[in-house]
Amino acid sequence: MNGKEFRVMVVDLASGKGRLEVLPGRDLVIGGSGLAALLYRQYGKPDLSWDDPQQPLIFAIGPLTGLFPLMSKTVCSFKSNYHGEYTESHAGGRSALALAFAGFDALVLVGRAPRLSSLLVASRSLELREVSFLKGLDCDAAGKLLRTTYPGGSGHRSILRIGPAGELGSAMACITVDTYRHFGRMGGGAAMGAKNLKAIVIHGDSALDLPEGKAYARLYQELYGKVTSTEMMRKYHNLGTAANLQALNDISSLPWNNLQRTSDAAIATISGERFADAALLRNGACGGCPVGCIHIGFFREKMADNRYHFHQVAYDYEPIFAVGTMLGVTDVFDVLRIIEAVEKVGLDVMSAGVALAWATEASERGLISDRETLTPLRFGDAAAYRQAAWQLGSGASPFYRLLGQGTLRAAAQYGGADFACVLGQEMAGYATGELFFAAQTLGFRHSHLDTGAYGYDQKNSQRDVDRAVDFLIDDEPGRALLTSMVACLFARAVYDNETLARCLEAVGHGELAATLPETAERIRRLRWLVRASTGFAPQNFSIPKRFFTVSTWKGAVDAGYLDAIKEEYGRRIVALIAAGANEWR
Amino acid sequence: MCGNARLSRRKSFAKGPPHYLPGRGSATTTIDIMKQLSTPRLDQCIGCHSCALACARLVHKKGSWHCAGIRIRSAGGLSTGFTASRCLSCDPPPCAAVCPTGALTPRRGGGVVVRKGSCIRCGACVAACPVDGIATDHFGDIYICIHCGLCVPFCPQNCLEMVDGDAAGEVR
Repeated sequence: MNGKEFRVMVVDLASGKGRLEVLPGRDLVIGGSGLAALLYRQYGKPDLSWDDPQQPLIFAIGPLTGLFPLMSKTVCSFKSNYHGEYTESHAGGRSALALAFAGFDALVLVGRAPRLSSLLVASRSLELREVSFLKGLDCDAAGKLLRTTYPGGSGHRSILRIGPAGELGSAMACITVDTYRHFGRMGGGAAMGAKNLKAIVIHGDSALDLPEGKAYARLYQELYGKVTSTEMMRKYHNLGTAANLQALNDISSLPWNNLQRTSDAAIATISGERFADAALLRNGACGGCPVGCIHIGFFREKMADNRYHFHQVAYDYEPIFAVGTMLGVTDVFDVLRIIEAVEKVGLDVMSAGVALAWATEASERGLISDRETLTPLRFGDAAAYRQAAWQLGSGASPFYRLLGQGTLRAAAQYGGADFACVLGQEMAGYATGELFFAAQTLGFRHSHLDTGAYGYDQKNSQRDVDRAVDFLIDDEPGRALLTSMVACLFARAVYDNETLARCLEAVGHGELAATLPETAERIRRLRWLVRASTGFAPQNFSIPKRFFTVSTWKGAVDAGYLDAIKEEYGRRIVALIAAGANEWR
Repeated sequence: MCGNARLSRRKSFAKGPPHYLPGRGSATTTIDIMKQLSTPRLDQCIGCHSCALACARLVHKKGSWHCAGIRIRSAGGLSTGFTASRCLSCDPPPCAAVCPTGALTPRRGGGVVVRKGSCIRCGACVAACPVDGIATDHFGDIYICIHCGLCVPFCPQNCLEMVDGDAAGEVR
């Protein structure tokens, strides 16, 4: 771990045997996103189906993981069943430090376990264990049993697991990490389920050697001071990202009721302040991050008389948008109840909420009925959405099984594609304007974090296609660099290139520090090249009509401008892929 | 967040590691020797492991959350909060009593002074500690709090504090 070469544990789940591979390439791809793409090139089967046992499920960290504050994320990559192409999903929790302190830069899982299994990975242990007793269990119950099944190591291990949605192969299935974090998007849970793998326990039971001298410790202290003693990160541990609710509603960019509107007076009952005042129980942190951005809320349920039980649920802006405003649910405790239901069944909350919003409007329009949804869906009916969440994740009807493959798949059969809020995948909560709509549609992960498009939309009202697309193209490499280290993207204001270079030098990677801009570009192109090898083309993705009807602070969406941005951005991505092919031939 | 409190404590430890750290010869008394690490506000812990990482980094020169004198554990899953495994400054310390080589000797005010060079990695101290306060790695090296306080300014939640021995309110 953390040497000039990558230490990669490759596990064949069919046999339960692993082998330690020592691979070159640190100077080319750094780690994290770059390493994951490199490993897919080595172990992936671009031409085979997403669920072919040979397909790898990859977890990768970077050279700064665990060595500096907020270097606390893991990159998971796989061939997605959502779009049949290569993708990444990122999560924190304790996964990154556990993998680092187990002594590995990456974990690559190939093959398919004969029976439902769990995998233990530690510095001196590798064990595949049959866990048929966990079949069908929700993520919460599975987590509790896994802690019993694997005694010891509390606090120094990460427990990744899937719920029924992952076992079923839903394209919205997530991998839950340490209860409150998730590899959420693009069906990572299905990729794990296809391998008959219910859980992965990573025990960070070893240690990294540190460089001699005091320079490293001094730099750590300097950065620690920046992230804890300045205003730089206050947003994230104060109200958290939930603060975005009011801000986006104020500029008519918050999706309500399946994006039928972008602002609503009901925001007062569901703002970040309201969540903090009424339902915030405590904060939590990923391992190695002193910011503590995880906001854990609570709700309680009354059984009878004065007998209650209480539940703890993590919240953020995105889940609140998806199962709150998008579904017309405006009570903070109801939002938490729905989030919990979605997470227990093992679905990504953003995807599930947006899918159920479409299903609700489709119900209103008579395209589907209770026969499909089983539970009548109406905007604002929180109890119905709690039931529907479980039905969607567990595939309780043919309709829900189809919807779980993606909203547009369901719309293709039942109609309603025009109002499906899908931008490459179910939309993130930023109805900020044309650039974001095009950027998420064609973004590498179809994530709002691929580029800063939603920020650009909020600051720029002019309609200059080249300038807007230049922004996307210029913004991406820096993010690819951070996700190769692997930093939390909340820390992007702290870790500029100069700081990253100092960090790399301090831990013995001076050779990487000298070439960051070129390496960032190389990683960006490699990621796109790998995705292209699995079938990506810009024309695979279109923007539903609903997005052309949106009004933001800039006024009505300009259809011509949106189309032009998407076309130009697609053209530029194709050029990146061609350059990557030339570079990695 | 108690930024000012953190800053003031950081200043108080800005002089760097005490010279009685493991591997640096025998302990000689400083004015801090009677101070003890305590965790009076552990209910504020967010589980970031910054304290353990600081101990491993600054005292033991390792990148680890395990090879440290203070180790954060979840108390039965993340939903139930955190505990800190560490030396509670027993006086007399049972770990020193079973140490066959004098690597651990009673520290004035409770806890132990560690002479790492004398440790033969027998693990007797680990078994003798009643509170799981001593960690051991795969090589048998032990990790025990020496009450130096270097972890304290790295807690973002103000959970930790150096206190006089008779004010700790813990094992005596």
